[in-house]
Amino acid sequence: MTVTKEVELLPAPKAEDLAAVLLETEQPRRPSALSASLTFGWRAVLKIKHVPEQLFDVTAFPIMMILMFTYLFGGALAGSPGEYIQYLLPGITVTSVVMITMYTGVAVNTDIEKGVFDRFRTLPIWRPAPMVGYILGDLLRYVLASTVIMVVGLVLGFRPGGGFVGVVAGVAVLVAFSFAFSWVWTMFGLLMRSEKSVMGVSMLVLFPLTFLSNVYVDPRTMPGWLQAFVDVNPISKLVASVRALMAGGFDGDAMIWTLGYGVFFTAVFGAWTMRLYNRK
Amino acid sequence: MNAIETSGLVKVFGDTRAVDGVDLTVPAGTVYGLLGPNGAGKTTTVRMLATLLRPDDGEARVFGHDVRADPDAVRRLVSLTGQYASVDEDLTGTENLVLLARLLGHGRAHARARAAQLLEAFGLTDSAAKQVKHYSGGMRRRLDIAASILNTPKLLFLDEPTTGLDPRSRNQVWDIVRAVVGHGTTVLLTTQYLDEADQLASRIAVIDHGKVIAEGTKGELKASVGVGAVHLRLRDADQRARAQEVLARALEADVQLDADPVALTARLSGRATEQAAEALAQLAREGITVDTFSLGQPSLDEVFLALTDKKEAAA
Repeated sequence: MTVTKEVELLPAPKAEDLAAVLLETEQPRRPSALSASLTFGWRAVLKIKHVPEQLFDVTAFPIMMILMFTYLFGGALAGSPGEYIQYLLPGITVTSVVMITMYTGVAVNTDIEKGVFDRFRTLPIWRPAPMVGYILGDLLRYVLASTVIMVVGLVLGFRPGGGFVGVVAGVAVLVAFSFAFSWVWTMFGLLMRSEKSVMGVSMLVLFPLTFLSNVYVDPRTMPGWLQAFVDVNPISKLVASVRALMAGGFDGDAMIWTLGYGVFFTAVFGAWTMRLYNRK
Repeated sequence: MNAIETSGLVKVFGDTRAVDGVDLTVPAGTVYGLLGPNGAGKTTTVRMLATLLRPDDGEARVFGHDVRADPDAVRRLVSLTGQYASVDEDLTGTENLVLLARLLGHGRAHARARAAQLLEAFGLTDSAAKQVKHYSGGMRRRLDIAASILNTPKLLFLDEPTTGLDPRSRNQVWDIVRAVVGHGTTVLLTTQYLDEADQLASRIAVIDHGKVIAEGTKGELKASVGVGAVHLRLRDADQRARAQEVLARALEADVQLDADPVALTARLSGRATEQAAEALAQLAREGITVDTFSLGQPSLDEVFLALTDKKEAAA
């Protein structure tokens, strides 16, 4: 009922004010690539501000994962939940955050159908800025999810050898990798016809990647052919890097692989995303 | 310089030639109307000109810049208000405008000031802090147009700007468009409302099945269909058949029966006024009572129907 009232009361446009606006014809300078991307990042943050419920995914899901795996498999796999969590926590952090990256694709897909995207595409700005903005906004979720898991982990008895610095370094590597990995989802977000198909493809990619890895159990317990896959899986490399950092060490080999995969995802899927974006 | 020049513009989607060789010349500083039914190719044409779609063939220039070779130069000069409001529903009115102002290069403070100024000018100050999803259709349109003039564009695309609006909101949008044009912006307006093209545009291209089927000033288009039309309303519906016969003889023209059972319309070709007077006299002699009578230029509606009929008859 308030809506009808508003329509009736909507004041007529003010000619003098409009004239004043139109008289200002000075064109500001084109924003830099970084500035445009950060502005789009700000947009993503505003959306979280207006719909805070969407953070449920990045908080409840990781808590559920960590509780389930620690208490369900802890005893069987490592003798006790307390011992298992020392092994599991870095990996479950990686899994949770990498799982969340798929929401980037969903966000792109739901947005692209809306008129606002047309406006963005007619702006004289650095072309990838809207896409980078999505991912920048998502970095906030990654940091939030990592923090939640770490806090829950510490409460449950996780005692990282690397201390605070090691944990922060591990999370930093994870977030940086997730930034690169998100380009896979921006690509699918533009490619797929519906939100549902984006989710479907995401699951199809993410489940094997996260489970066929060194997240839950030591790969040495697996058959040879599976070990071969687990060894080259980018998630395994990432988990090895993060696990080492959190334990206070440094796995140079895994780190180089992680970095390489990051560059690969950004270059290939970033370029692919932009190709689709320009053609849309 | 012309704001828009296209020659042989083509866009194909699958088997459909959505735009099939469109030639347009839009002089700077005018409102140019693209008139046509749904699916005629209006929006596709606009999307190509606004660099959202790549033409498959032909050439299109906006203020001399080729849309394919130099899209960035085109984007600097144009704004688009799309068929579906091009604003972010999850953000508030202020946030939408500040976001776009920032993307256009305004500093933080200036972006805020500009947003506030525009919201005030468009009578949206009271709803500035509300999410756009709670706006009415009229408010959305206003915000959308406000977003398009954050930097006064040299060329503004308005793609069916009043579709779905009530008459009052529609009139207000027209006032805004007139004000924008008054300050030197060229407007390319697409519409399926003939009334709207009549109100705003100085030149009109009628587009159907991806082709321009007629082009000219409003007067030229109307003249191309005939001098004028006579509209009659009788007191008694039973007399209509007789009236039709009498009129057809007197006017030497086809007389159409309207949906209203007492109304008739005849299109005139030559000495319109004399013929009409003679026809009225004859109707009186036959004892047919005429309630209302009007003689006027054909409406754009009639122009449009006549043009599309002609084309179908030729096909």
